[in-house]
Amino acid sequence: MSKFKKKAQTKQEIPTSSMPDVVFMLLFFFMVTTKMRETNINVEQRMPQATQLKKLAKKSLVAYLYVGAPKKAEEFGVEPKIQANDVFIETKGIIQWVNSEKAKQDEVDRDAITISLKVDNQAKRGLIADVETELRRANARKILYSANQKLEKDQ
Amino acid sequence: MARSTPEIPNASMADIAFLLLTFFLMTTTVQSDKGLLMFLPPPPEALPPEDIEIQERNLYKIQINSSDKLLVEGNPWFEDNRKLTDQIKVFILNNGQDPASSDNPVKAIVSLKADRGTSHRIFVEILDAIQAAYHEIYAERAGVTIKDWREISSDPDNSQKPEWKELYDKGRGVRPDGGVEIPMNLSIAEPSKVGG
Repeated sequence: MSKFKKKAQTKQEIPTSSMPDVVFMLLFFFMVTTKMRETNINVEQRMPQATQLKKLAKKSLVAYLYVGAPKKAEEFGVEPKIQANDVFIETKGIIQWVNSEKAKQDEVDRDAITISLKVDNQAKRGLIADVETELRRANARKILYSANQKLEKDQ
Repeated sequence: MARSTPEIPNASMADIAFLLLTFFLMTTTVQSDKGLLMFLPPPPEALPPEDIEIQERNLYKIQINSSDKLLVEGNPWFEDNRKLTDQIKVFILNNGQDPASSDNPVKAIVSLKADRGTSHRIFVEILDAIQAAYHEIYAERAGVTIKDWREISSDPDNSQKPEWKELYDKGRGVRPDGGVEIPMNLSIAEPSKVGG
């Protein structure tokens, strides 16, 4: 009987004194691995799916263009628009935008800039083609069609 | 020693830390810079105006109309993308065996033409199928998996992985004169304006 008594006396509480340390560790992990959201995206962003995705090697050399129907349809209409740095721009403003993005980079890297096109599923090809023509004129010819990984059964 | 040692209550420490953690979780984004990499041609003004003659058999034509329907080599296409990838692979690696198909991989061009009204979703899907064909050929030649090949080709000049450059050249078949045996000849035509 004494054996059972001894067992009953063991502590059953989980020590919580290290809980703050664990949580702080998690916190630091997220602080280091993530980046603050710089822009509010004002267009719809339902990414297309693809299998042949590539990662960008130099993340600092990327500029983002968001294309899609505006989220506030009553204010901006339903036609897809181009957003760059918090504002909507027209296609003819792209060259200027590319030049200002290039100016942020080191001089040697300027022509290696990649434009990441975050385009909504439902945006039309015509608008994207216009954007591409302007990007060609602005000499920013490396582009990335942002997409999510497609889950496939047979691969 | 009657003086009691002042103590900060630390029972709420975990709560505070959780609050901070939640804040960062909500305000930050995990950067997902993944997608289909493409190189655009020089601006239309800089291109030479002459017409370049391309033989019909060296061109694999894929067209998409404004209601997202496909026309592959002039015929309506109802199969899945996997089959399209396989057909493109056969086309690229034909090397003159079938007189109706490409002469060699250097001459073989895959042309993708969309309409202004084509949705981005289907465009990316087809572009994906075309790139899959090339990546599979490259990966097989280099003797790596397709996933590894995509990683290698994203950054062939990686300074930490000197062997990548070699594999990258092997996959594409770089000749001593600098030419490539199997270049990714992907032509994206100006979209038509039938349905906008």
